[in-house]
Amino acid sequence: MYGEVVMEHFEHPRNVGEVEGPDGVGEVGNPVCGDTTRITIKVRDDRLVDVKFQTYGCAAAVASSSMATEIAKGRSLAEGLALSNEMVAEALGGLPAAKMHCSNLAADGLHAAIDDYLLRTGRTRAGVESLAVPRASA
Amino acid sequence: MREVYFDHAATTALDAAVLEEMLPFLGVACGNPSALHRRGRQARQAVERARHQMAAAIGAHEGEIVFTGGGSEADTLAIVGFAQALPPGHVITSAVEHPAVTQAVRFLERSSDWQVSVVPVDGTGRVDADAFAAAFRADTRLASVMLANNVVGTIQPVAELARVAHEKGALFHADAVQAVGAIPVDVTELDVDLLSLSAHKFYGPKGIGALYVRRGVTITPIIHGGGQERGLRSGTENVPGIVGMGAAAAAAVSRLPAERPRLEELRDKVIDGVLASVEGTTLLGHRRCRLPGNACFTVRFVEGESMVLRLDAEGVAASSGSACASAATEPSRVVTAMGYDAVDARGSLRLTLGKENDAADVEYFLDRFPAVVNALRAMSPLSARS
Repeated sequence: MYGEVVMEHFEHPRNVGEVEGPDGVGEVGNPVCGDTTRITIKVRDDRLVDVKFQTYGCAAAVASSSMATEIAKGRSLAEGLALSNEMVAEALGGLPAAKMHCSNLAADGLHAAIDDYLLRTGRTRAGVESLAVPRASA
Repeated sequence: MREVYFDHAATTALDAAVLEEMLPFLGVACGNPSALHRRGRQARQAVERARHQMAAAIGAHEGEIVFTGGGSEADTLAIVGFAQALPPGHVITSAVEHPAVTQAVRFLERSSDWQVSVVPVDGTGRVDADAFAAAFRADTRLASVMLANNVVGTIQPVAELARVAHEKGALFHADAVQAVGAIPVDVTELDVDLLSLSAHKFYGPKGIGALYVRRGVTITPIIHGGGQERGLRSGTENVPGIVGMGAAAAAAVSRLPAERPRLEELRDKVIDGVLASVEGTTLLGHRRCRLPGNACFTVRFVEGESMVLRLDAEGVAASSGSACASAATEPSRVVTAMGYDAVDARGSLRLTLGKENDAADVEYFLDRFPAVVNALRAMSPLSARS
C-alpha cells in the first residue's frame, strides 16, 4: 500500500530524536487516529540549522515526519512556515488516501515548533514572512 | 533472510495434499453437479463426499451442511437468512464479534425493525454469562457469539451461552471460523443451532465456507437462483473449493490431537518470551481459554502498523488490531471492548502460529522482537514522557 520512498523513510528515518537545547518545540496530536509528533528545532539567523522529530504513529506518520525534517533542515523560518502537508506527501511520492491525514502531523509540528521559537523571541509569523519570499520546498 | 509466517489467523497456506485432491476438479473433472452425465455425477459425488467430511469434522449430519462462498457469507446467511423469515424481534451479540456478524446485525437494524443488544466482555474478552442472560427479552429470537476470537484468541463459553439462549426460547449462532481445526468443535456438545466455518483458516482454499444448520431450524436464502444447496445457496457449486474444504477439515481433525499441544507449547514460549524480554507488554486475552496458536499483546507506546512493518522487514509476518494497520480509523474495537485505552489498542500485535511453524521460528522471532520495539520506542514522543 505504501510507495518506495515512504517505506525507505519509514525503515531509515532521518533526524530522529531531539535537538540539544532546542530553540523551539512543537508537539501536535492527530485527533483522528491518536498519532503524536514532537518536533524540536535549532535556529541561527532565522535558519533552521537543525530539526529533529519523535513520532508515535503508523508508517505514513513516521515517513512524513522524516521527510518534513529533511526538507526543513537548512531552510529559512519563512520556508519552514511555507512547508505544507501537500508538499510533504508529494515529496514522499504520494500517500494512500486514507493516510493523507498523517502528513498533516509533520508540517503542523514544524509550524508549531517555529511558532514556539517566535513566541520565545517575542516575534510573530508576520515579521518572519516579510523577511523572505517563500519558495517552494522540495 | 528467514521467513516466519505468524499470521495464520488471517489465512493459511493450502495443504499440499488438499491441493492434490482439488486439482482434478479444476481441470478435466469439470462437471456441474446438477448435470446428468458422467462428469456431472462425478462432481456431485465429490461434493457429497466433502459434505460428509465437513459434517464429520464437527459432529454434524450431512444434511446440516450448506456450502457458502466463505465465512462472512456463512455469518450473513445465519443471521440475515434466519431473521428475514421472521417478524422483527431482538438479537443479542457480543462486543468482540467479527465484522461479518456485527455488520450483518447492523444491517437487520437498519433495514428492518430488528433491535440489537451488544453484551460486554471482561478484561480477557470472555462474555459475561450473567450479562448475557440479562440481555434476553421476550422477543429475543437469536443470539450470536463467536466460539473463538480472531484478534485475541479468547475461547467463549459457547455451550453455556447456548444453553441460556435455549432456556430463553432463542436460537444460538456461533462463528467458529477461527476455532475449527484449532480446537475440537462438536455441534452437539456446543448445543448450537447455526455455526459458521471457513476453509482457508484450516489449510483449505479461500472462497469456500459452510454454515451448519441444525435439523429443524428454518433459514431462508440470501442468494437466489437455481436452488443449489437445498435452496439455501444458489449458484453452481464451487466443486474444487468444496472438495478442498472437506479434505482440509478431515486432515485438520486428524492432526488435532498432536498439533494442539505442540502449538500450545510454541505459543506459550512466545508469550513468556515476549513478556520477559520486552518491558511494557501485556498479554491480551485469556491465558488458558485461548486458541492454541494465538499470542496477542499490547506493547505500550508502540504503534501496531509500525511494529508489523518493522517485523516484516525482519522476515516475520504478523498483524495488528491497530486502526491504522487496517482501513478503519477507530482503535481496535476488540481491544477497547476489553477495557484497554486507545494507546494500548493501537499498540496491539497478533502472532498466530500454525502447522509449519517450529521452535526455531519462535526463537528467531524472540531474538528480533526486542530490537524492533526499542527502535520504535526510541522514536516515540510518548515513551520519553513517561
